[in-house]
Amino acid sequence: MATPANNVETLATQEYKYGFVTEIEQETIPRGLNENVVRLISAKKNEPEWLLEWRLKSYRHWLTMEEPKWANVKFDPIDYQAAYYYAAPKSKANRPKSLDEVDPELLKTYEKLGIPLQEQELLSGVAVDAVFDSVSVATTFKEKLAKLGIIFCSFSEAVQEHPELVRKWLGSVVPYTDNFFATLNSAVFSDGSFAYIPKGVRCPMELSTYFRINAKETGQFERTLIVAEEGAYVSYLEGCTAPMRDENQLHAAVVELVALDNATIKYSTVQNWYPGDKEGKGGIYNFVTKRGKCQGVNSKISWTQVETGSAITWKYPGCILQGDNSVGEFYSVAVTNNYQQADTGTKMIHVGKNTRSTIVSKGISAGHGQNSYRGMVKILKNATGARNYSQCDSLLMGDKCGAHTFPYLEVKNPTAQVEHEASTSKIGEDQIFYCRQRGLSTEDAIGMIVNGFCKEVFRELPMEFAVEAQKLLGISLEGSVG
Amino acid sequence: MAIALKESEDFYLKDFREFEDRQAATAPAWLSKLRSEGMQAFAELGFPTTKLEDWKYCNVSPVAGVRFVPAPYELTDKIRKQVKELPFAGLDCTRMVFVNGHYAEELSSVRDLPEGARITNMARALTQEGAVTAHLGRYAKHRRHPFVALNTAFVEDGAFIELPKGVAIEKPIGIIYVSAGGTEPWVAHPRNLVIAAQGSQATVVETYLGIDGGVYFNNAVTEIVAEENAHIDYVKFQDESESAFHVATMLAYAARNAAAVTNSIQLGARLGREEVTTVLDGEGAEAYLYGLYVTNGRQLLDNHTAIDHAQPHCSSREFYKGILDGKSTAVFNGKILVRKDAQKTDSKQSDKNLLLSEDATINTKPQLEIFADDVKCTHGATIGQIDPESIFYLRARGIGLEEARKLLIEAFASEIVDHVKFEPLRKQLKSALLAKMRS
Repeated sequence: MATPANNVETLATQEYKYGFVTEIEQETIPRGLNENVVRLISAKKNEPEWLLEWRLKSYRHWLTMEEPKWANVKFDPIDYQAAYYYAAPKSKANRPKSLDEVDPELLKTYEKLGIPLQEQELLSGVAVDAVFDSVSVATTFKEKLAKLGIIFCSFSEAVQEHPELVRKWLGSVVPYTDNFFATLNSAVFSDGSFAYIPKGVRCPMELSTYFRINAKETGQFERTLIVAEEGAYVSYLEGCTAPMRDENQLHAAVVELVALDNATIKYSTVQNWYPGDKEGKGGIYNFVTKRGKCQGVNSKISWTQVETGSAITWKYPGCILQGDNSVGEFYSVAVTNNYQQADTGTKMIHVGKNTRSTIVSKGISAGHGQNSYRGMVKILKNATGARNYSQCDSLLMGDKCGAHTFPYLEVKNPTAQVEHEASTSKIGEDQIFYCRQRGLSTEDAIGMIVNGFCKEVFRELPMEFAVEAQKLLGISLEGSVG
Repeated sequence: MAIALKESEDFYLKDFREFEDRQAATAPAWLSKLRSEGMQAFAELGFPTTKLEDWKYCNVSPVAGVRFVPAPYELTDKIRKQVKELPFAGLDCTRMVFVNGHYAEELSSVRDLPEGARITNMARALTQEGAVTAHLGRYAKHRRHPFVALNTAFVEDGAFIELPKGVAIEKPIGIIYVSAGGTEPWVAHPRNLVIAAQGSQATVVETYLGIDGGVYFNNAVTEIVAEENAHIDYVKFQDESESAFHVATMLAYAARNAAAVTNSIQLGARLGREEVTTVLDGEGAEAYLYGLYVTNGRQLLDNHTAIDHAQPHCSSREFYKGILDGKSTAVFNGKILVRKDAQKTDSKQSDKNLLLSEDATINTKPQLEIFADDVKCTHGATIGQIDPESIFYLRARGIGLEEARKLLIEAFASEIVDHVKFEPLRKQLKSALLAKMRS
């Protein structure tokens, strides 16, 4: 039997399974950021005047801001002038009409990732809006959705075809002044997804996108906007893998969700970007602003995330619970291994009466990983009868990692009930012993215990994702336990 | 930094020069050096702003904006009379009384000390060689904390307690700071040092009482050292007057198998900030932190605690409670740090709050920072109101609404006060607390 130390050696040397580069001609604009670059991006995408104005406004505001330093993560300063702000596959000009026309190289990439589009189209019933370095290349099931009046397309397409909707909701949840990275995104966002669910419609399938950072040294600035009209329902999946790179790549996305009266939005993420190698070299910087607004009464927004990748994760999907009786949920599993750092959590802002929020966060640290939960629950003065329950559990594997909790509770209403609980523990020797006695290997035992630890979150994921998430967790933690 | 702050720092510097000149003849070299280090650090740090994470909810600009004069010392008959009527004055135990930060020997009573024990005022201790030289300023980090820096610059008087090996003092030792009078806003910088040698044991009660109005500022620093197997029970009771400012920084250091128990009860002051830091720096050391804050009116009371698990096999328990009424604001920030080698740490923390009014605000942040894997750490925070079912239960038994509310609030508060072991003291604390809550 291999000793635990040997296990670590062999397993830790496993290569990142999704690390490869697709050779596709890229169309880029010069490095660096200035007003001309912003204008150029806008011009390339043939955007209306108001959007260019909005981008420029954001850019000028961004110049006055400083990179925030408060997060519990360490990284070398980012040179914003050294990155490319736009990259699109060259074939953009003559977009494929069907999947057959899509660049075969590209299709192969997706196959390696385990999402062959054709298969998905036929079998799984998931509509995939695949984002390949900023420009959407294939959209499936569009017709079926269109019949119901659901708009699901790339962001650039939405700007062209539904400018009134984009104009109405863009920046309504995350204003362009929000924070350093969101403002940067507002100035240079390349593409993303747009979904609009009309009144009373229940979206019959899970909407899904795959983001992929491919072009070397391209910061990706996705912008996602989902609007659910009165009584609508939508479940949206976002999944990510990125190829192996040495340079640190910046990813500053913005996601905005709006739920009107009685609407429900469920947003699930599995993030598995390149986390850097064993020494902590390379990896993605994932600085994301995600926020949902429960604008109408009885509306509900639910965030579920499984964060296993990225060198640095910095993200706080939040809910503004504005409508009376609205509900916000946040379920998260964050894994840090090797030299990964994660500072993630949520923000629940209770504005309306009888608003409720639930936070369940599971952090797993292994190797030299540093995992922080940072959450804010704010009960404003008029949020009578607001209720919050938060639970943050941390699991530590190895003595070089760290787990941190920074919950902020701010309450201005006496009828509020706010509870926060946190615990930190390790996998007990006795638990492992018990499993080994029954013939499980140490690795399997750990996998089982970790999956049990995360069960509350995985339960919230749509089926397709739940399976992938469990596998990902296994891959991320391979070799982390002695 | 705003200009207003700069101006205020200027007069501190001016006052410091005068203070330095006055002390030049008597102060030993190490003390002068420590003081100027403090002043230097304060000049560099300045008053904290709410941009700093540790001061996010505690805006000290009201303190920074006032021109304080050094605390006047005048022992009038009125003060003498009032001190006699104070709670804790009647307790039959050793006590040191300070008026506006200056030791009032005639009101104090230090007698029947066990052999080798030393209880005296800081001003005297500073002129003598001994433990004070080795310990003063070693635990409170004046280089990092502006208020500690300011206190260190003006360190002059306070309480000094030194317990020799194996000595236990059964009755509590009282340190009473009375604040009274003064025509202009004044500032005092009380500095306390408690050194408990191996296996010694004592209970200390540090009390701040404001006996008439007026604007004043007590900027206190207390350092507690518990050597191996020592046990220190430290109660801090703050009941300053309504317009006062109170900033207190307490640092407890526990060596192997030592126990440091702090119990901090905050009632008074317009702006009160209480920092308690306990460092567990030896295997088997224990920390217990209890706290209660009761606010009303427009008060702002801030509680910052930190427990530093620097060595393995230590345990800590922290329980804080808050009762908020009126338009007041309270802050709780509890940090538990478990260092890399501090395996087998066992730590629990909780902060529970009762919001009684529409306009009160509570900001609470229990915080864990853990760098070791074999640990058991939990923390929790709750914010709520009086349980209507409990009220109903009491009312169904013929107790009026007001009385039922009072009963439940008292019960909520007594969970903290009950940790004070010495019974007469506990009773006194409770009655003082009740008097405050009734008003």
